[in-house]
Amino acid sequence: MNSTLSRKRLPVGRGFLHLGLIAWSLAAVLPMVWMFSASLQTNQEIYQGVHLVPQTLNFQNYIQAWTQAKFSAYFGNTVFYTVTVVLGVVIFSSMAAYAFARLSFPGKNFFYLGFLIFLFIPIPGSFIPLYVILVKLNIINTRIGYILPLIQSSMAFSIFILRAFFEDLPKEIEESARMDGANLLQIFWDIALPLARPAIATIIIFTALNVWNEFTLALIVFSDQDLMPLQVGINTFQGTFFSQYSLMMAALSITTIPAIIVYVFFQKSIIKGIMAGALKG
Amino acid sequence: MEAGLTKPKRLILNFWENFRSAWSRRNREETLMGYLLILPAFILFLIFGVYPFYRTILFSFTNWNGISSTFTSVGLLNYQDAFTIDDLWWKAMQNGVFFAITALIFMNGIALALAVAVDQKIRGQSIYRSIFYIPTILSGVVVAIIWKWLYQPIGGPINQLLTSFGLGSLATAWLADSNTVLWAVAIASMWMGIGAPFLLFLAGLQSVPIELYEAGRLDGGNGRQLFWHITLPFLIPIATILSVLTILGAMQIFNLVLAMTNGGPGSATEVPVLHIYREAFKYAKFGYASALSMIFGILLFTLSIIQLWLSRKIGIRSA
Repeated sequence: MNSTLSRKRLPVGRGFLHLGLIAWSLAAVLPMVWMFSASLQTNQEIYQGVHLVPQTLNFQNYIQAWTQAKFSAYFGNTVFYTVTVVLGVVIFSSMAAYAFARLSFPGKNFFYLGFLIFLFIPIPGSFIPLYVILVKLNIINTRIGYILPLIQSSMAFSIFILRAFFEDLPKEIEESARMDGANLLQIFWDIALPLARPAIATIIIFTALNVWNEFTLALIVFSDQDLMPLQVGINTFQGTFFSQYSLMMAALSITTIPAIIVYVFFQKSIIKGIMAGALKG
Repeated sequence: MEAGLTKPKRLILNFWENFRSAWSRRNREETLMGYLLILPAFILFLIFGVYPFYRTILFSFTNWNGISSTFTSVGLLNYQDAFTIDDLWWKAMQNGVFFAITALIFMNGIALALAVAVDQKIRGQSIYRSIFYIPTILSGVVVAIIWKWLYQPIGGPINQLLTSFGLGSLATAWLADSNTVLWAVAIASMWMGIGAPFLLFLAGLQSVPIELYEAGRLDGGNGRQLFWHITLPFLIPIATILSVLTILGAMQIFNLVLAMTNGGPGSATEVPVLHIYREAFKYAKFGYASALSMIFGILLFTLSIIQLWLSRKIGIRSA
């Protein structure tokens, strides 16, 4: 009994461990708590000194950021980009992953290797020719010119994950459906895809968080403020309004809260996904 | 000579054979379906993945400014300039190395310590685990602005706290002082980035079979010996991949620096990707910027290959 409990005990006390862990927890959370707290204070209050509990709850900053500073537009844009990119990634990568996992056709390994290579070769500054091709295709500074490259850059990882998942599914169900006369499209759509739901859910969560936080591509694609997502919007905003801390922090909170809500709801599967990926990789 | 001819010939014959059998009535549906399913992904990859990669190589030998329809080949001049004239580029590289080294030592060090602590059968394990990952779900721009505020000389919480503890003499303009700014940015970046290495180390620790510890303890090993002889060898593969990822990530730091200091004050926090970005979009030197990204890309790729190769050697020896 004792030996299983003291699995790998360090030569330090529990109290000491908790002290360290709590200290780091505070370090991880406090800056964000400060942000929320400051977003509810007046600017004057912030300059008076640090206090985490606002004297009065002041939502004026949120209203001002939302209505006067275009954050309603930025927010709508980010939601739109997130939904469309996630949809595109899920549809295209599950199709490709299924083909790579289950079907045989000439050149299959060649194509799969091609996808994988682009997952592992770092191409810093690839935004230069990307910009060029968007100009050439005449879709620079358009929504589609942002969505398509983002789908592409998120796809390699998803294909990699989904292919592994499809390969682990038992073949028998698909084979018996084949016996019953189903065609390949039906098997993919009615049988394989529903079975892959857990893997697809993981991909949705990770892709959504990535797109929500995406900055570099948006910086290059958009010159029109009305098309910009939150991350670029807030960077433009800080150029003018940084010294109005309370307004700034309200804008930051608007940008951050949805991601945090998603994290709070799905933290178990996010953490499991990363840890499982670590052991496979 | 003959052998040289037979190999491609055999390849072509093989391909032809594959193709014929794929096209036979029995397999035709599967072949068509396969191509159909990978088609959208493939087209997107060609346009937005392969083509830009290929163009970067071509541009890097030209003087193209990004706008005009004509440009001329300048041979290796861009590469020569990068290595001889552009001091700012090497300063940027140096800063990238600084971020990589500090992240390797401090971020991964703290991440390992936290993972070891959480891996003890400790109460609240899953709560700690969730909390430590929170900063990682924020975007670089958001982290930059939060920390920029924390570091503000007047009205910034760090200086306010220092003053209220009677340490007002330590208060400084953290981001405006070229002595402190690199560390200030590195701390914000490590604060954000620590979630992933923490989780990966934890996954590694939890993959060690309990039986090994029991056997080790029966042989009379103490806690520290068990850690050195059982835990650590298990962590080596993960630590290797992690250090590759850490170096690649730190060297390519961009969003955070752009939003926090924009490379300043002066060029104190200039980093490679920011330099490439500015050369292309501010100074309209697309050709030169492409050459810089080639140099940088090749460097990063070589680094990761060397590191993976080294780790394989170490892994074999310790096994």
